[in-house]
Amino acid sequence: MRSHPLFAPEPRNAIEIGGEVRVGVYVCHCGGNISEVVDVEKVARAAGEEHDVVVARDYTHMCSDLGQRLIADDIKEHDLEAIVVAACSPQFQGGTFMRVLETSGLNPHVLEMANIREHCSWVHGDDPEAATAKAESLTKMAIGKARLDEPLEKRTMPIGKRALVIGGGIAGIQSALDLGDAGFHVHLVEKTASIGGKMAQLSRTFPTEDCSACILSPKMADVPANPNIDLMTYTEVEKIDGYLGAFEVTVVKRPRYVDPQKCSACGLCEDTCPVSVPDEYEVGLTSRKAIYVPFGFAVPNTNVIDESVCLRLTRGGDVCGLCMKACPQDAISFDDKPERETFTVDVIVVATGYETFDAAEKAVYGYGRFENVVTALQMERMIVHAAEGAPIRPIKGRVAFIQCVGSRDEQVGNEYCSRVCCMYASKLSQLLKRSDPSRDVYVFYTDLRAFGKGFEEYYKRAQEAGVKFVRGRPAEFTEDPVTKKVTIKVEDTLSRKLIESEFDLVVLSVGMVPNPGTAKIAEMLKLTESPDGFLQEAHPKFRPVDTLTEGVFLAGTVQGPKDIPDTVAQASAAAARAIRLMNQGEYALSPVVAFVREDACDGCGACVDACPAEAIRIEGKLASISESACTGCGACLASCPKDALDLKGYTNDQLEAEVEAALEDAEPGTVVLVFADDMTGYRLADNVGTSRLPYASDSRIIGVPSGSRVTPKLALRALALGAGGVLVADSEEKSTPYVGSTRAMRAHAAETKRILEEEGVDPERVRSVEFVTVMLAKFAGQIDEMCALVRSLGPIPQEKRDALKERADGAVLVDQK
Amino acid sequence: MAEKIAITSEGVALLDRITKLSGEKITMCDQCGTCTASCPMVAEMDVTPSQLMRMVQLGQNDVLDTKTMWLCASCFACTVRCPRGLDLSKVAEALRQITLRKAIDRIDVREIPEDDLDELPQIALVAALRKLTG
Repeated sequence: MRSHPLFAPEPRNAIEIGGEVRVGVYVCHCGGNISEVVDVEKVARAAGEEHDVVVARDYTHMCSDLGQRLIADDIKEHDLEAIVVAACSPQFQGGTFMRVLETSGLNPHVLEMANIREHCSWVHGDDPEAATAKAESLTKMAIGKARLDEPLEKRTMPIGKRALVIGGGIAGIQSALDLGDAGFHVHLVEKTASIGGKMAQLSRTFPTEDCSACILSPKMADVPANPNIDLMTYTEVEKIDGYLGAFEVTVVKRPRYVDPQKCSACGLCEDTCPVSVPDEYEVGLTSRKAIYVPFGFAVPNTNVIDESVCLRLTRGGDVCGLCMKACPQDAISFDDKPERETFTVDVIVVATGYETFDAAEKAVYGYGRFENVVTALQMERMIVHAAEGAPIRPIKGRVAFIQCVGSRDEQVGNEYCSRVCCMYASKLSQLLKRSDPSRDVYVFYTDLRAFGKGFEEYYKRAQEAGVKFVRGRPAEFTEDPVTKKVTIKVEDTLSRKLIESEFDLVVLSVGMVPNPGTAKIAEMLKLTESPDGFLQEAHPKFRPVDTLTEGVFLAGTVQGPKDIPDTVAQASAAAARAIRLMNQGEYALSPVVAFVREDACDGCGACVDACPAEAIRIEGKLASISESACTGCGACLASCPKDALDLKGYTNDQLEAEVEAALEDAEPGTVVLVFADDMTGYRLADNVGTSRLPYASDSRIIGVPSGSRVTPKLALRALALGAGGVLVADSEEKSTPYVGSTRAMRAHAAETKRILEEEGVDPERVRSVEFVTVMLAKFAGQIDEMCALVRSLGPIPQEKRDALKERADGAVLVDQK
Repeated sequence: MAEKIAITSEGVALLDRITKLSGEKITMCDQCGTCTASCPMVAEMDVTPSQLMRMVQLGQNDVLDTKTMWLCASCFACTVRCPRGLDLSKVAEALRQITLRKAIDRIDVREIPEDDLDELPQIALVAALRKLTG
């Protein structure tokens, strides 16, 4: 029989029975979702018997207006101090009930939810009796924890409107302009003498064939014109300290030896300069002087002296100095020194871009040895000059493009596809063919990827223009010593015939590699690299421009190879995400942070090394935790020999109370405690419930922020108290929001197993598994396996449990990395 | 008319067997043709090295009838250049092993006159016996 919706056991006065906290318990029917399996009335009645529980009710829909009002009224009427809602997942309705508490004058964090739907009725539907027993147990666990709930402070940090954008390519330019236009102050730092990046070197852009310089140069000009942007070219970031809202940035401005205020880029200095070196902008195809303007539409458009080749600057004294004499503006000074500048910003956008793969690394292609082997970037420049009517070198006869140079090639260590080469080769090849149809142009490819908007059509245009696409990766290149033509040997894999053919020009479609300068920035900001060496975003789907370092965003190819439209989209996204933080004036911090019990701490410093977020310092003789740097993973707790560290919202006492409650009525040795992290493990358990995937009801899922919160001490105590096994269900390393916590979690599990082995207890009783949230069957399977295992092993004998209890006290783990 | 090939579970068994014998993940071959264009023996082969890989991927039993595996000199030119890091010489060796283990003698050694036996180098005998590369 279903209970009456407003059934309520007689309110009991908790204070009379020695309790200190007045707890209200609310058991939800969920319109049958729970009550058709679980005897909710029985659960409510059992909860009412618990120590400290003042009122316990069951109701059809706790989340409905009426249900919420029920709680709100009780809070007032019974002076409730902590609330337990036994219903669905806190990740589903937790927010609703927290708001009820808040509007009723309670701190929102004195709420605990017993998940008797996803973790109980939905997975144990075939055994109502066991499900009811488990629901009682889950509710008791929540009561045990709620009793020890402390109000948690809402923590906020002030945040200003200052941004640093590192890198002045199209990504950095776009981010800086968006931020500046939105009214935020931007420092745009560029290492080279001009902004513009790689896009400034391109001929046209695929698939629309806009002139790259024509569309880029107005954007470049917008940068110094924007009153909110402080442009710093020829400047490198030397050091970054601090965190979101207070990054302390030190930059070094390299000496230009030319006063940009006076210089008009008239070129008289260049005419007199006797030093000639390869021009980087022209990819070495032409030369420049030691004093030079980076390129025609450079911003700022002023000269700079290359101190590594200038005669005066390399030899000293009064050597040369011709440029100084030639300058009508008196703009040149050889006494310029590097200038260091320090400023504070609130957020950082990293847009340090890419480098092209060094084709000389693939020695077989002959780049740098054969004069008619060039890179695609050089071909971009050749096409620009030819279009301007001043070709650098003739492009005649037969031209071969070689795809995937430095991409998709394990021989050079790059597994990834660079994503742009198929399309730029389609572009360059058809530009060549269309401007001179007598050219015979081939593209040798392995797979042709034309995935973007208008790309397939553009590839088709190249075919229409008469470019021949040959499916095969050339393996051998030889140069004719006289004609300097290059013979390529390749299999046409579609006809299975060998081609050995001579070309006038070979163009290597080089891929993208991470900019070597990025590593230094990544280290300063504690950013992680993905396996391809590019920087890792916080989440590949939902946080594609965020990083795991709060307040640091990624824009453009620093995150991975991409084309210009994707780069610009990401750069604007990074600006928007940065604005989202800065616009509030303050930002909320998670209240779950580690804290120090000062009476217990002796300042030994073990936690300093253990913290994966580097958030702990020793100040005086006490550990001091930076609340803004602490991620709240809880890994440090394992390192403290004095038990002086604890985690708000998940204290040692709270988790032990949950464990004790879970084991209270159970047969010793049968229960498996599943500690599930909030990012993956807990959500996975919810998803398993939503999918109605059954698993053993001997399991009890306990939410923790990260698997690393499960210290060896906690796991050992759980076994000592009578748990049959402990399963830690954590996120995979790449998906956890808690930097470095996975390694700590693994270390904790290994240490626990080691101690179990020493005590003659099967180490398989403790297991850690790293999941992603789609591994539903694996999750259920792991629980079943573990429950079956502990059943077959039988309970741990009492004397061994006593030994484990003793070992738990000494289980301290400093080296967790 | 275009030739038909059958893609069958026996074919998968052949692929699995060669994968096991060679230790090479043959399904990883993306058919770029680098091996073929690198091979010094390719002019003598009836199917190219990349075609050999394709036939194994699709479990085509007639791969065992091709000359290519016998002509592979294990010079490793393909191996050092394969963008997927595959060792084709091991695949060729696996194919040779499968054929040799069938223990089919191509000639009857007893029928060779004794004088010839004294004269013939051993390697020629072995080659003629089961490899059929003579």
